Formats: sequence, C-alpha cells, structure tokens
Amino acid sequence: MLTKRVIPCLDVVPGERGGCVVKGVEFVNLRNAGDPVELAKRYNEQGADELVFLDITASHEGRKAMIDVIERTADEVFIPMTVGGGIRTVEDIRSILRAGADKITVNTTAVKDPSFIKKSSDIFGSQCIVTAIDCRSNANVDDPHAVNIIENKWGRPAWYEVVIYGGRTPTGIDAIEWAKKAEELGSGEIMLTSMDADGTKDGYDLPIIRAISNAVRIPVIASGGAGNVEHMYEAFVKANADAALAASIFHYCEYTIGQAKEYLRSKGVPVRL
Amino acid sequence: MIAIIDYGVGNLRSVEKGLAYVGARSKVTNDPSEIDSADAIVLPGVGAFESGMGQIAPLKGVILERAREGVPLLGICLGMQMLYEESEEGGQHKGLGLVKGRIARFPESLKVPHMGWNSLSIKKRHRLLNGIKDGSYVYFVHSYRAPVGESTVAATDYGGDFTAIVAEDNVVGTQFHPEKSGETGLRMLKNFAEMA
Repeated sequence: MLTKRVIPCLDVVPGERGGCVVKGVEFVNLRNAGDPVELAKRYNEQGADELVFLDITASHEGRKAMIDVIERTADEVFIPMTVGGGIRTVEDIRSILRAGADKITVNTTAVKDPSFIKKSSDIFGSQCIVTAIDCRSNANVDDPHAVNIIENKWGRPAWYEVVIYGGRTPTGIDAIEWAKKAEELGSGEIMLTSMDADGTKDGYDLPIIRAISNAVRIPVIASGGAGNVEHMYEAFVKANADAALAASIFHYCEYTIGQAKEYLRSKGVPVRL
Repeated sequence: MIAIIDYGVGNLRSVEKGLAYVGARSKVTNDPSEIDSADAIVLPGVGAFESGMGQIAPLKGVILERAREGVPLLGICLGMQMLYEESEEGGQHKGLGLVKGRIARFPESLKVPHMGWNSLSIKKRHRLLNGIKDGSYVYFVHSYRAPVGESTVAATDYGGDFTAIVAEDNVVGTQFHPEKSGETGLRMLKNFAEMA
C-alpha cells in the first residue's frame, strides 16, 4: 500500500564563513547542531520519507550555500530531496537538480508567470516540479475574485486567496483554482501552506487542504501549523493529504520522526516504518 | 566499471553516488566505446518514454549487443520501461524489446504520479533481492507501469498489482528508484554491482 509521507522541512540560511545553518534548530546531542547536512542525516536515520530544503533568503549567497548543502547531503543520504526558495529560471532548476536534488518547488515565480510550470515540467518532467501555494482565507465572499467559497478553519464562509512574497502580497487568485491550473500546466505535486495556520502550532488548515486535495489528481503536501503528531493524523485522515511537512516539532526534538510514524501507524495510517 | 548511461535527463549524480556508497566504481557516460567495455550498465531515466527512446537512439545498438552478451543491465524507472517492447505513453512507441510486455497508464481513478514509498511483494528469488525482505518499502515516482508477467520478480499494489522489479537473466529493471530508497535501495545497488 502507498504510504503517507512524513517530511521534515529545513530552512537553510547562509552562515558565517560561507557555511550554512538551519534556522531555529535546538537539537541536543547533535554534533554540529544546525548544520543542515548533519540534520538531514539524522532525519534520514529516523525514517524521514523525504527532505525539503528551503532557501529562505533567496539570495545569490543563499543559493550557493544551498547547492553546497544539496551536494554534501546527496553524498550520504539516499532519499528524495526537494529544494525551494527563490527559483526563477530553468537554469536555477538545472543547477539544483544537478547538485543531487530530485524536485524543486516554485511559488512566486509561477504565480507571476504560470507558463514557467509548463516550461520547466516539459524539460525536467512533471515529477520534479512541485508548485508551492501559500494562501490565506479571505472572509470577503463578495470579492469578484472569489470562486470557491468554503468554510474556513474558524467555521466561517471564506475563499482562500493565493499570497506571494512569503505571504506579504495578496494576489486576488483563488487558491483552489490555482491548484487546478498548476496541475493542468504539468506540476507533479502541490505543497500547500495556509498562512492562517503557519507558525501557530495549532494544526494544519484542514478545510483548504481537504478542498485542494479533492480538487486535483496529484499529491498534496500539507504544510504549516503542525504542533503535534495528532495534527499530522488530522491532515492525513480528515484532510486527505498525501504528505505532511513539519519543521519545529522535529527541530525542537518534541518528537523524532520515528515516534511520529509509530503514532500514525497506531491510529491506522499507512506509513513506512 | 559500471557505465551509467547519460542521455541528458535525470538525476544521475544520485545513481553514481549510490553505487560509490556501496563500493562500486561507475562512470556517467554517453560514449559507446565506454559502454562497450563496461562490466555492467545502468539505464537511468526520468521523463517521457518517446523522448527517452529518442535520446538513447544512438546507443541502442551497443546497449542491445551488450545485453545479449550477458552483461548485467539495470533499467531504473523510465529506464526499466524502455526495456519493454512498447509503451502507450504519448501514443504507441517501441522500446528496446528485451522484456515482453507493454507499458500502460494507471487508471484514471488514481492519483498520478504514483509518488512515494510503497511495498514490494516478492514473487520469485533473484540475486538483486539478496538480503531484501518481502514487504520492504521503496520510493516510486511514475505515471505509467508494466503489467505483472512471467518476468516479474516483485510486484507493488497501486490500484492493483504492477511490476516493481522485472528480470530476464542478466537484464533487470526497477520501476522505483533504488538510489532514493534508503538502505533497501542501496542493498539492491550492491547486489547489482555484484552481478558484474
């Protein structure tokens, strides 16, 4: 049976002396705490199904640091790796894949130029183009941009609007429509983050994850809001997500990935153990 | 030396690193003379069947010749599909014809690509599976699949069984990515290297 994926997310930032670190890591007993390669190895040993690396600076320096991290990780870790953050050109994708990544995520670039999804999936294959969608519920249901009105996580009618530039800029695009379009353009997967849930640790934004997961025929990765393993269970069972992404609950050693998967299995969710 | 055939697509670095990790020497190449002298050949692959076959066209002769000589040949993902007679991806296209059968798309009712970790149901023993337990998980990403047939060594269930590992003597193929399947995949790469 195809298992549900548990994916730790590493926010990579350039550090001093050309090195790089993972933001917000509080590992105990970890050599070189914060070195993304050490962390990637640790997560691999714990049973992570994939690794996601995000370049949160999206700068030239950040990209160089990221390529180095991917190359060093690919020497030792043999599970799929996805890289995102600031990808703007076909050459960006090529250099990341060449370094040893398997997939890339596009977000702002794709919103501004949807043909970028088609162009890059035609060249590299759908399987490596993940469209990252950041969105936020908008209670103004009379907005002419609103296409799909659903009940948001607070139980109120709303539409979900795509936001870009790290959530700062609303776009007037309906998130469900955008997910369908991303699929049509050749995206192989959707990574969905609701800004209403991100960082809260109150749980994923289940209504929009469920709505998008049911609207497309490609896998959906739930992202943003995981505060405990029960939240992962909810994303899989209540919102039909194919994968659950989390950062802080793993970085802060609240759970190992193995513990999270043990819990999911005990609740009947198929996972790789 | 294991020749990893480079035809311009895919993450070849991972295959190379995976083989290096298990102590096998390999080289990414599109040079027919290197393929001709290799102890084993890996045909990797991502992307579409027709373009893949188009890309390997100049090397088709040497690949077939070496395979018929008995040199171990491992096709991975699209590389496995290209071992078959034909595929329905993007019309009807002929493959290398080293394995009987036809590649077809998953039913419309399923989410495609079939992406993630799924388990192997071992149908018969093969050297590639030395030390691998029935039910082991491996990583898949694909939208087309081979039916289960006489040459199926292991099957995987996604809306019904399909061929996850195929073997006809020295010619083997994995629909999943052994170079992305953790310890299980590395063990298979080691087993393959030992076939050489």
